[in-house]
Amino acid sequence: MIEIITTPGLASVQDLGRDGQYFQGLGRAGAMDPLALRLGNLMLGNPQGAAGIEVQMTPFALRFLADQTFALTGAETGATLDGQPLCAPWAMTAKAGQVLSLGPVRQGCRAYIALQGGLDVPEILGARSTQLREGFGGHEGRWLRAGDQLQAVAVSAAPLLPARGFGLTPPGVALPAREGDAVLLRVLPAAEYTDFTPDARRAFEAETFRVSRQFNRAGYRLEGPDLALHAGRELRSHGVVPGVVQVPPGGQAIIQLADAATMGGYPKIGTVIGADLWRIGQAAAGAALRFRCVSLSEALAAEAELETYFAQVAQALSARAARHLAWS
Amino acid sequence: MKDEHPMAGQALRDISLLGSKALIFEPECPFDLASQRRIWAMAEAAGQWPGVREAVPGMTNLTLLFDTAPADIEALSGALRALWDSGIERQVPGRLLEVEIAYGGPGGPHLADVAAATGLSVAAVVEIHSAPVYTVFAVGSHAGYCYLGGLDPRLFVPRRKVPLVSLPGGSLSVAGMQTGVSASAGPSGWHTIGTADVAFFDPRRDPAALLRPGDQIRFVVGGLTE
Repeated sequence: MIEIITTPGLASVQDLGRDGQYFQGLGRAGAMDPLALRLGNLMLGNPQGAAGIEVQMTPFALRFLADQTFALTGAETGATLDGQPLCAPWAMTAKAGQVLSLGPVRQGCRAYIALQGGLDVPEILGARSTQLREGFGGHEGRWLRAGDQLQAVAVSAAPLLPARGFGLTPPGVALPAREGDAVLLRVLPAAEYTDFTPDARRAFEAETFRVSRQFNRAGYRLEGPDLALHAGRELRSHGVVPGVVQVPPGGQAIIQLADAATMGGYPKIGTVIGADLWRIGQAAAGAALRFRCVSLSEALAAEAELETYFAQVAQALSARAARHLAWS
Repeated sequence: MKDEHPMAGQALRDISLLGSKALIFEPECPFDLASQRRIWAMAEAAGQWPGVREAVPGMTNLTLLFDTAPADIEALSGALRALWDSGIERQVPGRLLEVEIAYGGPGGPHLADVAAATGLSVAAVVEIHSAPVYTVFAVGSHAGYCYLGGLDPRLFVPRRKVPLVSLPGGSLSVAGMQTGVSASAGPSGWHTIGTADVAFFDPRRDPAALLRPGDQIRFVVGGLTE
């Protein structure tokens, strides 16, 4: 059991989101950085889609009300456990009464806290994620507040961790994708790609976009070159998925994300590939983004590369556990 | 840009990728119920295809969501076009829901604006809006929200210049050729002309969404505040 002590808001329970609910207009929700959530669960031996806490704003602190093995992944927040610094990704066992504190974000945007066993919140419509607009799922269908108590699903096997825990290479280091100072996002061209002027298409790949102050779980408004259309087609409302880059009248791009609407009608220049969505989840206001168009086969190769990364981490973790067993 | 990319070609304009795990099929067709019935028929058939997680009707278009990226886009595209070309329409034995609306007042702050924009009296706007039986063309945007067909062209008005940051659930709005009732609180650029007390989505219910494509709505005047 844990108790939230400090939160300025915007922290919620998330898993990997809801599938198969578009028919009733319900979006996916889920972690904005699914890689960080999966990684934390992997470090604890949880199913990779177990629910954890997504922290979007610090200072954030929680108290362990019982001994509990946990993992901290995602943004670098100068976190401490009773004053002892922890570098994400990190997993260890906290003693009852210890306090996990997350401070100012130094790198990235969102931190994730996973508990061994996963958070014990009810599965509703196929997932444990908080559906913030509809007000259900996660913990009481809302943002977490100070005083909220959350429990982990009981696990039978005792954890085998070094006393001080263990860390992993941060995914941003293991899977680098940058162009200069900017985060590089690979994009599949979308339906209206050719409706944009040649200048707009060039600018889309050649210039830097910045995450504006209007950024949340539903989407990011970007600041960058105006992307003009040369052909206006009548657009009828159609399906929208997280990652789609839309350009409303005015020309400034928007990326739709985890809590986006399921349908929309703005012109779409492209869709950020699934393998790069986590990089957006770690981009805060002011972060520089660059887009690069890729083919479907390149997108699939990137997804395969991400799964290889997880397989390698899983292998390294079992090797570490085996060593620990041998020495203990 | 890689011009060899299939989605850059004009020939494939009716089919486009939405990331690696979704695709949109948008046939050239009139915006009417007959076209929409063909889309519903396609959704029913394509929803059974292997690898397709969901086939979701949009407004005279169809979005396929995949479990894994399709291996052969060409074959899939051919199958989608054949399905559309078959011309098969799905007749949905839909339910008719009567929704009582309090037109105007605090729940419908833009009723007078719509009257002004259309040159009609407030009473005429309400009479025209509550006359038709609307058909749920598609469900989406937010949970339980119904895209309705059947708005009288006399009530076609452009969206508001400045969107509202948040509109309560149950708000009845019009914009462009569309009208609908929001199922939960959220931002809106539409003109809100009334309010209803209906749970269009309830996660404790099965199905959670009250209405499905093909169902119908009639708005009943429960009150009018000018």
